[in-house]
Amino acid sequence: MARRPFPLIVPALSLALLALVLGPVAVLLAQPGAAAAAPDWAALRFTVLQATLSALASVTLAIPLARALARRRFPGRAAVITTLGAPFLLPVIVAVLGLLAVFGRTGWANQVLEAIGLPPVSIYGLHGVVLAHVFLNMPLATRMILSGWQAIPAERFRLASSLGFGPADTLRHIEAPMLRAVLPGAALVIFTVCLSSFAIALTLGGGPGATTVELAIYQSLRFQFDLPAAARLALLQCALCAVAFLAATRLAMPPAFGPGLDRTGGPPAPGGWHRVADATVIGASLTFILAPLAAIILRGLPGLTSLPPEVWTAAARSLATALPATILTTTLALTLALAHARGSRLPAIAATLPLAVSSLVLGTGLFLALRPFVPPTSLALPVTIAVNALAALPFAFRILAPQAKSLHDDYHRLATSLNLSPAARLRWLILPRLARPTGFAAGLAAALAMGDLGVIALFADGHSATLPLTIHRLMGAYRMDDAAAAALLLVTLSFALFWAFDTMGRHAAP
Amino acid sequence: MLHLDRLTLTSGTFRLTADWHANPGDRIAILGPSGGGKSTLLSAIAGFLTPTAGRITWQGRDITATPPGDRPVSILFQDQNLFPHLTVARNLALGLSPTLRMAPGDAVRIEQALARTGLAGLGDRRLATLSGGQQGRVALARALLRAKPILLLDEPFAALGPALKSDMLTLLTDIATQTHALTLLVTHDPADARAFAPLTVLVTDGIAHPPTATIPLLNNPPPALAAYLGS
Repeated sequence: MARRPFPLIVPALSLALLALVLGPVAVLLAQPGAAAAAPDWAALRFTVLQATLSALASVTLAIPLARALARRRFPGRAAVITTLGAPFLLPVIVAVLGLLAVFGRTGWANQVLEAIGLPPVSIYGLHGVVLAHVFLNMPLATRMILSGWQAIPAERFRLASSLGFGPADTLRHIEAPMLRAVLPGAALVIFTVCLSSFAIALTLGGGPGATTVELAIYQSLRFQFDLPAAARLALLQCALCAVAFLAATRLAMPPAFGPGLDRTGGPPAPGGWHRVADATVIGASLTFILAPLAAIILRGLPGLTSLPPEVWTAAARSLATALPATILTTTLALTLALAHARGSRLPAIAATLPLAVSSLVLGTGLFLALRPFVPPTSLALPVTIAVNALAALPFAFRILAPQAKSLHDDYHRLATSLNLSPAARLRWLILPRLARPTGFAAGLAAALAMGDLGVIALFADGHSATLPLTIHRLMGAYRMDDAAAAALLLVTLSFALFWAFDTMGRHAAP
Repeated sequence: MLHLDRLTLTSGTFRLTADWHANPGDRIAILGPSGGGKSTLLSAIAGFLTPTAGRITWQGRDITATPPGDRPVSILFQDQNLFPHLTVARNLALGLSPTLRMAPGDAVRIEQALARTGLAGLGDRRLATLSGGQQGRVALARALLRAKPILLLDEPFAALGPALKSDMLTLLTDIATQTHALTLLVTHDPADARAFAPLTVLVTDGIAHPPTATIPLLNNPPPALAAYLGS
């Protein structure tokens, strides 16, 4: 009933997005010989194996940490929970460098092992890949499980203690049902993320025994220049992600617990050895998360003033690609979230579909599509901007969609009855009311784009390396001090961008 | 004249009919049990619900298909009547001019409306910092500024205490008189109808009955109204 100023914009935008995601896949399918030969079973087996182990390990380690955080109150608890969000924003290459400093051949862990007379551990291969995935995803799992714990009404725990339940009874009758509802979803999300693992496999995996499908795509395209093989692998990856994506949409994430009146209470906090165990779990997890970050700072700080000039150029290039990608993602996510709030169905599909294709799959499709017309390397930065904007879109949309919906529910009627013009709606209603989630979504998109080491590796030549790729090259040349300093620069820029956008949003909010 | 011409409204399995007219300047209470369709009727007049049959006309012009913002109507809902993140003055300005532009003299008119509704000097306050009664006054000040020929109120003062509500109804009577607006006030409280409205529309059993004089209706209620009033 309300007049839309530009009624065709949202459908056109949604269809353009779908074309941008599905077009490269169609190019892959059309590649001669792509669909015929047998898939690369070794890469497929390793991909599924490492993703399964990573998901199981992340979730298993997250349960005791989430429980300890749910039932203990201590100074700095909020800071600990905030810290758990950091690995999601951490550029993968920085995480790898930090883990190398702690668990590498001459790292802290091996120094300790040597001192007490134990054989050293190696971080390369399957267990290195899984270790890095656990480092990046265990905090995410913890936050999901923790919110499951917090969703249990305090009345349940009160009832349990009035019935004289011990910790074991509470676990069995109250906490286990919640875990059964939350864990499959958490594990599946991490499994899906790890299926598309590229940068970690590139740095810690490799070789016949530890190559993911994504890494194999990169190798066929960059080293063997076997285009049909690359297309075949990309289709395999596409099928893998699509299956996981479909499974994820079928699995209901939030557990159906009744509403609680009192949200301040938590699970009972038993004393004695439980207390010691919880403190140990929190301390060990924090050490695991913070040690690699500390290592980067310690190792990178001295070299920060004497960074080679190409690092600064690469940093400028990274900013020049991350900022346009951020603006694209944020504008698209906001437009689609508002349309979604008005009840259209297409925007949610268009905004979520990028989850089903990895950025290397998109990159390979675009590489093959562009090659007949221009040298793909000449478009490295535009393609990186587009693919990174797409990759962050599902997350930005998920942040904005619920808030846009409640804005619509609360004020659409009033704005319509006052006949507010589109410009007035944007200026006085949408921008102020959605400033906070928009700033957060923009910060997330900026940090993800800044740290991405995926499609740029496919397209870059000597003149278009971004900062993450430059760090990878420094590592390859065994210039580890320069790499650590550049990594410190990268993580500082990523977190600063996130902080700047998030703060802008907070300040603009009423 | 507002004419509800053999109007049928449906929402799910709920059905409401209305076939009557009302004149400019009339003050009408819409009374009836909750769930009876009082808000549905207002939604249709405001343009948020399309009738399944019949027409709505104002001064002979068919407005059945007119978008809400283009109707000669101001409406106050039960809640969400104002933008809590904006100042009082900005809320009023958006009621005057729904674009980003303000006409010369708008600021003066806003000041006058504030003074008129007992809000003088509060123009720069953010709405969220005002009390419930003050927020009600802001909403009425906006209706005064818009001065649309039809003013619809869907129990906007239901959450206020008796004394505040009585103040609001007094102010509303002033504004309705000054703008000579046809005013329809939804309420479930017969005392509101006695205090404010010479005429009452009774909404029961799927019918919005034509307006009749309030006092005789309440003193001598038909069976459906008697059952609702419990007298």
